[in-house]
Amino acid sequence: MAHTTEEVLAGLAELINEETGISADQVSLEKSFTDDLDIDSISMMTIVVNAEEKFDVKIPDDEVKNLTTVGEAVEFITKAQA
Amino acid sequence: MSPLSQSQGSTFTRILSLGAARGDLVVSNDDIAGPIDSSDEWIRQRTGIIERRRSSEAEEAIDLAVRASTEAIEKAGIRPDQIGAVIVATISNSVQTPALAALLADRVGATPAAAYDISAACAGYTYGIAQADALVRSGTAEYVLVVGAEKLSDFAKPTDRSISFLLGDGAGAAIVGPSDTIGIGPTLWGSDGSKWDAVGMDRPLKDAFDDPEGEFPTLRQDGQTVFRWAVWEMAKVAKEALEKSGVTPEELTAFVPHQANMRIIDEFAKQLGLPESVLIARDIATTGNTSAASIPLAMHRLLEEHPEASGGLALQIGFGAGLVYGAQVVTLP
Repeated sequence: MAHTTEEVLAGLAELINEETGISADQVSLEKSFTDDLDIDSISMMTIVVNAEEKFDVKIPDDEVKNLTTVGEAVEFITKAQA
Repeated sequence: MSPLSQSQGSTFTRILSLGAARGDLVVSNDDIAGPIDSSDEWIRQRTGIIERRRSSEAEEAIDLAVRASTEAIEKAGIRPDQIGAVIVATISNSVQTPALAALLADRVGATPAAAYDISAACAGYTYGIAQADALVRSGTAEYVLVVGAEKLSDFAKPTDRSISFLLGDGAGAAIVGPSDTIGIGPTLWGSDGSKWDAVGMDRPLKDAFDDPEGEFPTLRQDGQTVFRWAVWEMAKVAKEALEKSGVTPEELTAFVPHQANMRIIDEFAKQLGLPESVLIARDIATTGNTSAASIPLAMHRLLEEHPEASGGLALQIGFGAGLVYGAQVVTLP
């Protein structure tokens, strides 16, 4: 069942919170994972793997490097559900 | 009927003893943080490393191997000349040939034992244990000396942010021999060459020779690819190794993964669902990542800190450049 962009954002915020403790209201589309949210590459990978499971999508390693903001990740996941 | 006869060894094998040698220098995070524009805090948080051991100029991988092997041989209660094969898992041989194992055999008094090096990066020791188990059970050798020996500081570029700050120098040795009871479970091992570029050298030797700067190739990795593979793919391998050996996580005394990064160890343990009672080897905190030496060093330390664990079951798993991996459940010596 495909999730809407809002649902993906909410789901991703939940995963980010579980991994890093960052509260969901901090996770907005324009935020950069590294610069704004201070999420390191290792935590990022854990979030990515959990997102694959949660949204039933595949996020290849070389794609992860392109997902620098929350918005880019949400867009990728939303599209990948098709 | 063929006149050819076949050898047969002991039905069971086990690791009789372990030996350890760490680099003579203690290198703190502050010592190396400058060139990578980092800090003690950042390194601790990302990797769990507080300090690492490195060897001074005078100490080579072979010297570390000799020290570790001498301890293992003494503790096994065997004579060096009873060793039928010497296997050194290493990427630290500074010459293409001869193998470090031949020199090690000579130095510890094991000549004329068969001697060869294994190039299987951080899975090298588990490959060596798999080989030793097979050699003893087939009657090809009665006792086998398996060593992981590395001087990774020779291949660490101080300005490399991908892997250099993790690396340490050391050697761990094991004597594998006959046993009355099962001491080494089935090996689960393999490779994924599609990820050959994920971790390795920054360029081939030939390029280094052609380079007027003449700098030796150094180690680098694609950290995210390695992290994902090491945790999620290797968790599957670990589970399968447990299943194949008929051991549940609750029956384990210890978990001794390759000491790649504390974050990998933590996430890995979580994926495996290990009960609180299982001791987890975390030698990386003060030794660093010593590639093929990391599992025997970590197991040796675990037993020093928890001698009551001796005789219990341990899941050991190595994984690294190749990408390659190897896992077994073993009885702790």
